[in-house]
Formats: sequence, C-alpha cells, structure tokens
Amino acid sequence: MWDYTDKVKDHFINPRNVGEMENPTCSAEVGSLACGDALRLMLKLDENERILDARFLTFGCASAIASSSALTEIIKGMTLEEAGKVTNQDIAHYLGELPEQKMHCSVMGREALEAAIRNYRTGTDQKVELEGRVVCTCFGVTEVEIEHVIRDNNLTTVEQVTNYCKAGGGCGGCKTEIQHILDRVAGAASAAILPSKRPGKLTNIQKIRLIEETIVREIRPSLAKDGGDIELLDVEGNHVLVAYRGTCSNCPASPVTLKDLVQAKLREFVAEDLVVEEHKS
Amino acid sequence: MKTIYLDNNATTRVADEVFEAMRPYFTDLYANPSSMHVFGGQVGKPLKHAREQVAALLNCSPDEIVFTSCGTESDNTAIHGILEAYPEKRHIITTRVEHPAVRTTCRHLRDQHGYRLTELPVDAKGQLNLDELKAAITHETAIVSIMHANNETGVIFPLEKIAEIVAESNAFLHTDAVQSVGKIPIDLAKTPIDLLALSGHKLHAPKGVGVLYIRRGTRLTPYLTGGHQEHGKRAGTENVPYIIGLGAACELASKHMEEENTRVRALRDRLETGLLKSCRDAYLNGDPVNRLPNTSNISFEFVEGESILLHMDALGICASSGSACTSGSLEPSHVMRAMGVPFTRAHGSTRFSLSHYNTAEEVEFVIEHMPPIIDRLRAISPFGRCMKQ
Repeated sequence: MWDYTDKVKDHFINPRNVGEMENPTCSAEVGSLACGDALRLMLKLDENERILDARFLTFGCASAIASSSALTEIIKGMTLEEAGKVTNQDIAHYLGELPEQKMHCSVMGREALEAAIRNYRTGTDQKVELEGRVVCTCFGVTEVEIEHVIRDNNLTTVEQVTNYCKAGGGCGGCKTEIQHILDRVAGAASAAILPSKRPGKLTNIQKIRLIEETIVREIRPSLAKDGGDIELLDVEGNHVLVAYRGTCSNCPASPVTLKDLVQAKLREFVAEDLVVEEHKS
Repeated sequence: MKTIYLDNNATTRVADEVFEAMRPYFTDLYANPSSMHVFGGQVGKPLKHAREQVAALLNCSPDEIVFTSCGTESDNTAIHGILEAYPEKRHIITTRVEHPAVRTTCRHLRDQHGYRLTELPVDAKGQLNLDELKAAITHETAIVSIMHANNETGVIFPLEKIAEIVAESNAFLHTDAVQSVGKIPIDLAKTPIDLLALSGHKLHAPKGVGVLYIRRGTRLTPYLTGGHQEHGKRAGTENVPYIIGLGAACELASKHMEEENTRVRALRDRLETGLLKSCRDAYLNGDPVNRLPNTSNISFEFVEGESILLHMDALGICASSGSACTSGSLEPSHVMRAMGVPFTRAHGSTRFSLSHYNTAEEVEFVIEHMPPIIDRLRAISPFGRCMKQ
C-alpha cells in the first residue's frame, strides 16, 4: 500500500475540475494507455491570457488523478506566463508530497501544462511533442525531458530519474545512457562524487583483480542479455586489453560498447585513467 | 466498517484451530526438539506429528518433508540445491509466468552465473504448449521448475502430464505449489514430482513457515548449512510453533478441500458472472476451465488497477491488481504480458481470491458496488470515449 498523504487521497476521491470542456482555448494530451497513465488538460483563457478555467481527464493511479486535480487548482487564475513557471515540485508540494516512486505523476502534470501552452502559442496539436532524441524507447522519454527532470528536481541517480519520468523503468537498456546524462548535467559535481566509489592507489595485482570483479559484476550481465561476453586478456599500466566473445565478437556496435560500457564502468570502479582496447584475433 | 477479504492468494487468515494448536508452544512447551531431556522430547513428538499431517495432505512419506521459513526459501533451496549437486548441468527450464521466487532466482542464475535459461511461453489463456517443454529438455537440463497454479490468474498447469514428460529425461522436476496446496488435490505417490514448494500462510497457517518436499533419492545440496536439523537438508532450529500450526492447517485443508471445490467455487462463479454482467467492458483473464476454485482475475478496460483498489478499499473490500502502479514497477504484471493481454486491459486487471471464510452476502455486496466504481473512473478517463457504446 502506498503511503499517500490525506491531501492526495482527498484529490483522488474528490477530484476538482474533472470532465470535458466545451470549446477550450487550448488543450494537450500526454502519456498513453500503454504507459499506464495519460492526462488530457483543457484550458479556457481570457483576452489577457489569464486561465479562467482548467479541466482534466486522467487515466492512471491515485497519484496521477490527484496530481491532475492539483495542477488545475494551482493554475486557475494564473496568466499563461505565470503558469509556465509551475514545476512538478509545485504540484508535489501542493499535495503534501508524493512517494518518490510516484513523482512521475507530478511530472506528467507539468508536461501536460507545457504542451497546452505550446498548443496555444504555436497551434501545434501533436499529442506527444518529441523534442530531441528518444533515450528510453520503452516509455518514449527523450534526452531533453530527462535533462529537464534532473535539473528541476536535483536528481543524482538513475533510479531517481526512473521514478521521476519512467525512463529506464522498462527493459533497463538505457540506464548507462541515463547515467551519462546525469554526469553531463551534474558536470563538475559528479566528478567530485565518482572517485569515492574507487579505491586509492592500487598495486598491479589489485588493479587486475578489481578489473576482473568489475567485468563480472557490472559489465558481463549487460552483454549477456544480448548473448555476448567479454574476457580480460592483459593489463599493462593503464592499458586494458580485452576480447569479445559470443555475439559481441561480430557486433557492429562493439566499438561503441567498448567505450560507453566497458571503459566507462572500469573508469567508474577502478581508475579514471584506464584505456580499454579490443584484441582482434 | 466490515472488511470483505478477497485477497486470499496474497495471504490468508490464520484459522482459529491452527492458532489454538500453536499456543502451547509459545508458552509451556518451549523446548528445543533437538535437546536430550524429556522436555525436548515433549516437543519432538508433536513436531513428528506435524510432519505426518503435511505428508498426509500430499500423500508422501514424512521423511520427504523439509520445513523451511517460507515458500520463497523452498523454491530457492530446490533450484540452487539441484544446480549445486549437478554442477556439470548448465540448463534451467521454467515458464514466463512464474512467481518472482522462481523467476527472479532463475534470471539471477542466468545473468550472474551464466546458466542457460529457457522460459516457456504461454498462450492467451495462460496455458503451456507441452510440445515446447519436450523440445526444450536436453541432457544438459538440470531442473525444470514449473508452477502448479498461477497466483494471479489461478490457471492450473497439467502437472501430471508435465511430470510424465520430465520423468523421461534426466532432469529434475520442481513445482511451486504454493497456490494450489490445500485448494486442489495433489497425490505425490502417483505423480513423479521430485521437489515441491508450499507456504503456510496461503492455507490458513501463519506467515514464516513453508515446506520443501524432496522425493526420496533426490540428491540436493543444502542451501542453509549448519546443524543436522531436517535430516541434514535444512539447518537451523525448527520453528516449532509455526510448524505445529502448519501441520494443523494441512489437516484442516483436507477437511475443507471438498467445500473449497463446491461452495467456494460457486461463490467465485457467482462473483465472476455477476461482475462480468454488471460492469461494461469487463473481461476474464486466464483459462476459465483449468483454474483454482477460489480465483478470478478480471480486467476492467480503460481504468487503472490501483485506482480501482483504492476505491474498493474505501468500502472495505480487499483485492489485488496486476497494474504497473500496484507492483512498484512501471510495467504491468508479467503474467498479463505473457498472456498477451492488451495494455488497455492489463493495467485494469483485478484479482479476487476467496476462501471458505467468505459468504454469499459479501459476494453480493461486491457485485453491487463495483459498477459505480468502474463507471466513475471511466468518466474521468480520457479513454472513456474509446469504449464500445
């Protein structure tokens, strides 16, 4: 059972501003049946772009319905410019906070609001406006959206990103990429955090052992999903020589995997200066 | 507010008779059954009796019964125990609809230990194609782990036929029978199953006790090592009061088996036909025929399961859902997905599971109060208009 606040329960049982709107000035629909939640937001504006009325229809769990209800209550009476500054945090605060795993419901509210404003400003009527490259193909989440939730909510882990926008919550294949986005957004801050996972100065034996361990724990499971494998051949200074096995050995994407997965993981867990090379037989 | 408990596949009420049987072992008879003194012996004998009560329900020998702490431990012990005893065999067969106790364990063995894993698919009714099982077994196969009845849909797999197929190979057959024991008969003297897991709290014994049946002659490396308890197959001091409770619950289950398959089945059927008739766009999930007598899994199209459950909860009705939001993950139940249930229905799947404590009045109450809940949620759903008129 989720630990919902009384305010969430109230807005779930007695949702405000629910139902269709006759001739809305603008509207937007985000989410989908496949994803398990969807929200249609409809706004009526006066000539000064003030929101006279806001209505919603939501398919989803209690926190999705409560977030939609809260959103309409927050924005009623605001000008579009003011409404454009509403964040998912505002929705969560209004409800006395949401469980961490349910934060994506508040993000869905903010997304719908943005889409409705865009609909008004540009007349774009696309159900889902895909900005930028799709990172999570299971839930159709783009790079732009992931960066947005990271910045709005000061997120630091992949798990948090999943809780806030669902990215990475399906097959999990994009988790490495989400980590990269986190690193990029955090910039210097993440560089300061990362070394703590890594040990200090290592002897060569210790380094080889740690590389082996990291391959077993962090790298091999990802490759095994696609029927591939990797073997450590040699370590000389900061040069790590590996060989691909199984499907990896003739996979056209293997150079990318080598850099983005193998080298990235070894740098994360062993030493920052490692360079990984593939031994071609 | 009165609670209407229709979530018996999640856990059951401890029977009064079970609780009474357990009580003295918390107060007066607290000795360790391994002790040499008479006091220990006073506990050892009832423990033996409990073992016989469990064996009687399954029609096996008491020395084939190993008490564990839960169904999950039994499943883990069976799978790890066989693999460790036969390290040269690197292949596991299971199904796509197993309980996480088996599914996650097998996937862990695949991902972290390099085992080859075959997960057999199911059809739209949730049934296996036994030819695919036959084709999957090789001389490399160590263990076939197939559940007896599904926890979400109640679908019963043809265990006798599965056992026949596996018996022709060198692989061992394990079955997670946590949902079926006590609800439908199992005869281990007639069915060549090597390992079987059951859990106390699904048949009116308390949480925290389970059983692994290990057929005589099955080589199995213990999962928990230490003392010589449970014929050296599971170390750890016996959880005496709970084991006594499980014994009593197994005896009660034999007594109630007929009622379970007549009165409880009739209640379930009444609930099911009532809901399918009174709620628009409601569909039954799973095999309508080969199914546990107490379970009904119904999808209400275009509404989301958690919302249904919370509205039911406000009326005191307890049930479960296969929706993403109730599982703590972001995807709907793997069982619904394996059966190919479309997303429009998977998110709104709701499981009702009864026991002999349920009454006809309770069932009528649910049939009366469900349609307004569904209508209300559809009225606020943007997909309400997608419904058939």
